[in-house]
Amino acid sequence: MTPEIKALHDIAVSNYWPALAPEIGLGVVALALLALELLLPKRQLATVIPRVAILGFVAALAWTLRDWSAVWLGHELFGGLVRQTTDSQIMRVFFLVASLLVSFIATIVLPKQKAPRVEFFHVLLVATGALMLLAQSNHFVLLFVALETVTVAFYILVSYFRASPLSLEAGLKYLVMGSLSSALLLFGIVLLYGIAGNPLLAGHTAQSMNFAALGEFLRHNPDEPLALVGAALVLSGIAFKIGAVPFQIWVPDVYQGAPTPVTAFLAVSSKAAGFALLLILVRGPFLPLAQVTLPLLSIFAALSLLFGNLAALPQRNVKRLMGLSGVSHAGFLLVGVVASIARTDAVSWAPAAVYFYLFTYLLGAMAVFGVMAHVAGDADADQDFRHYAGLARKSPLLGAVLACGIGSLAGIPPLAGFIGKLLIFVAAFHARLWILLGVAIVAVVVSIYYYFGWMRAAFYEEAPPSPERAAVVPLHLGVAASLTLVSLALATVLLGVYQGPFGQWIATR
Amino acid sequence: MNDATLLLQLAVAAPLAGGLILAFGNFIPKRLCKLIAFVGFLVPLLVALHLWWGYAAAPKTSGYAFLSVTDLGLSRALGIALKLGLNGISLPLFVMAAIVGFAAGLVALQSGAERLKLYLMLLLVMHGGLMGVFASVDIFFFYFFHEFALIPTFLLVGLWGGRDRVYAAMKMTIYLTAGAMLSLAGLIALYAKSNAASFDLINLRLALAGDGALLASLQHNLFGLLLFGFGILVSLWPFHSWAPLGYGAAPTSVSMLHAGVLKKFGLYGLVQIALPLLPLGAQDWVLWIVWLALGNIIVIGLVTMAQRDLKQMVGFGSVMHVGYGFLGVACLSTLGAGGAVLFMVAHGFSVALLFLLTAQIHQRVGTFDMAQMGGLVKRAPVLAAFFSAAMLASIGLPGFAGFWGELTIFLALWQLSHLYTALAMLGLVISAVYGLRAVAKVFFGEPTPNHVSYATANPTADLDWAARIPALVLLAALFFIGFWPKALTAPLNETLTAPSSSALATAVPAVDATVNIVARP
Repeated sequence: MTPEIKALHDIAVSNYWPALAPEIGLGVVALALLALELLLPKRQLATVIPRVAILGFVAALAWTLRDWSAVWLGHELFGGLVRQTTDSQIMRVFFLVASLLVSFIATIVLPKQKAPRVEFFHVLLVATGALMLLAQSNHFVLLFVALETVTVAFYILVSYFRASPLSLEAGLKYLVMGSLSSALLLFGIVLLYGIAGNPLLAGHTAQSMNFAALGEFLRHNPDEPLALVGAALVLSGIAFKIGAVPFQIWVPDVYQGAPTPVTAFLAVSSKAAGFALLLILVRGPFLPLAQVTLPLLSIFAALSLLFGNLAALPQRNVKRLMGLSGVSHAGFLLVGVVASIARTDAVSWAPAAVYFYLFTYLLGAMAVFGVMAHVAGDADADQDFRHYAGLARKSPLLGAVLACGIGSLAGIPPLAGFIGKLLIFVAAFHARLWILLGVAIVAVVVSIYYYFGWMRAAFYEEAPPSPERAAVVPLHLGVAASLTLVSLALATVLLGVYQGPFGQWIATR
Repeated sequence: MNDATLLLQLAVAAPLAGGLILAFGNFIPKRLCKLIAFVGFLVPLLVALHLWWGYAAAPKTSGYAFLSVTDLGLSRALGIALKLGLNGISLPLFVMAAIVGFAAGLVALQSGAERLKLYLMLLLVMHGGLMGVFASVDIFFFYFFHEFALIPTFLLVGLWGGRDRVYAAMKMTIYLTAGAMLSLAGLIALYAKSNAASFDLINLRLALAGDGALLASLQHNLFGLLLFGFGILVSLWPFHSWAPLGYGAAPTSVSMLHAGVLKKFGLYGLVQIALPLLPLGAQDWVLWIVWLALGNIIVIGLVTMAQRDLKQMVGFGSVMHVGYGFLGVACLSTLGAGGAVLFMVAHGFSVALLFLLTAQIHQRVGTFDMAQMGGLVKRAPVLAAFFSAAMLASIGLPGFAGFWGELTIFLALWQLSHLYTALAMLGLVISAVYGLRAVAKVFFGEPTPNHVSYATANPTADLDWAARIPALVLLAALFFIGFWPKALTAPLNETLTAPSSSALATAVPAVDATVNIVARP
């Protein structure tokens, strides 16, 4: 056997397809949706398509949980492209749960806008599969391909309401900004690739896209300027995705223009994907570059916390508000990421705190978006505080769910968001990030104004007399919708009081 | 785990469970809802009285009786576990919270408020949180339970409040969050710096005793964080402006719970956590505490005198009196800390009683403006008697609980400085002036024309039993402690002079002898 053939043989042996069964399954369901559109009578499409998609997500979720602690965890698969870990398993579950909830929101919003179903769910399934791949990537090629799949999917989804000028404008903005961030990311990758392959430097490697090999190289050359610039560019590209300041400029407009389910998808899954990547990179190959990553991410965090909250103060459009408050949540999460690399010995569980925070954000934000989907009228981009006037009186259930969701996002005990913030704060304390901690505390206090301002609109203000808006809020929600919303609200309360296995898991980190 | 520890858990769980049931109140008939709410308020009262009775004989671990631990998940990771128990400092406040909560619950049940189920539900959640605050040994849960009240307060004030309710609700929430975040930062810092790897107060005390004590500069910073964090929550001057506004706008039972019980959280935290754990830090801040507290007593006292609105006056009065509690803390002595706890209990009862009676007066004259009142004694002699008694109790006359609190604080303060004592005594004069003047304006003199016309339109008789029972409960508590303070001071004395809280005793050892004044009236 020649060395070339042996290398090919090794790669072939490491191609363990069952490890990617959930992602492949999602792809198959996505294709099946297209086939169903041809086969089914048109009347049934609207009801069947979402159900098939949701079944697909549930099946993928079940499969992922079945392989929760599979034997191949921690090993490189597919010639080093893929490496599944406990962390990537958590993120795969996260993305599946998030997409399930996005599908739920879509079943409420799409009929209101008379938008087609098939393409939406098709793209959603593909994007979810790509997100899941992203969380287990161990190689810049897979990282970039998966990330671009997600980004292209979002280009389509953001401008999905073709009749709405705001949606189209948001799509264009996202396209321009997304391309810029992809270009930054790619440029950074190329710099790293080039420098790590330089045979004059110690620890040079032919596999310089592989995270392990790249990390080994960077350990030998932590001060190499090109590597530092490359890493900074990669981090900036990711900062675009998570909407951290100074790369947040697209957030309010895109969040407002995008259809509500897509806004939820952007806010939760896209942001979470960025953090999954950040944790893989800064705790993996970039760990030797802490002299750059640490100050860079700290500045991102502090600016995001301040800008997100201050810019959200005068907002009255709730979708823009969710976008700007999302910027501040990115700030909190970045504090956790910084804590995880500032003193790795003191808080080994800081990444777990970030994951926990992401889950609490998922629950709180999805509860709020679920209510938004119900309250929204014909104009999906025009969702304002005034539309919430009298909500609690018209529908106590929506009011209660909104209160739980907002309270959790604001981080008020006994809701889950508080425990998320607590873990981040404690991690930051152990990592001695005094300044970031001070900024975070100010941010929490400032955020009370706009979060409770929203609650004030929903609970205190009387419904406006105009009949056409008042008719929008349904007094009776569907059974499935009520159950989903109530279980989201109860989950925020339960997770705030009882962390059970989550806490045990943090302790083992 | 025995019956008494279960009872303690029950006292916290019962109101919360009641609140949870009422959350699904649409499916429950109104009468049953009221019954559930009543049980939710009654159970903590019965448990608190029972535990009070059995406290002396109960076996104690590290000074705490009725200890129980429940792990809710973060025990291994962060050392956070739901640890409930009572010591001599928390027992008096626990009992006070239960009694005031019961009275506030009775008032709420009779209030006939619109959307009563939601009202009761929020009030029950708030009450459950309050019982949890004083029953928690774990300082994380001490904080956690306090924050239970944040969203209910916001909704209760904003939905059922009076004048300026929305503004008051927003302002209260922002101030309370600011104070809470500062104190949370202080508590986390305490946890992170102590190396106890636990939020459990007993473990923290052990870890910080002797060689484990923190550096003086660190103690200075931590105590500052806690002082201002807790200070905002207790309406320490000049961070007080949310309190009179909020109490003025809030519905009666919320004012009773908030001003009477919830506000004691911060002072209690200083006495129970900050003083024993950070003795060196406390010494640095004594002058700050004293002067800010005197600001409460004198500046706010003068502001109180200038009030024309009865409810605002009671609200400002409650802010003013809080200054005495801080003075007790500032003495850094066993006597001062004990006086502060006694004072908190008395203040809780008397403020709650005043808010209750103020609402009753409003029902009869249709205004809070004291210039438009007068001569109410002819129509409502019992109300007049209650109100006068409540005012005298709040001034601190002998025979009422407040007397013992203020007396011990003044005695302790005398050891610190004669000047401060003299300045603090001015507060007695001020509160006597506005208190007695209010009694005179509301009840005596000739009825104003406005009053007469309102009275003929709304012929409400004297205090009815619905209002008289909660008022009697509160007044009886004030009298009981006024005549038998040992019921509270015996456990208090035992805890404060125990070697485990030696920080105070070593700080000012000479005061130990005077404790006997509190112990044996």
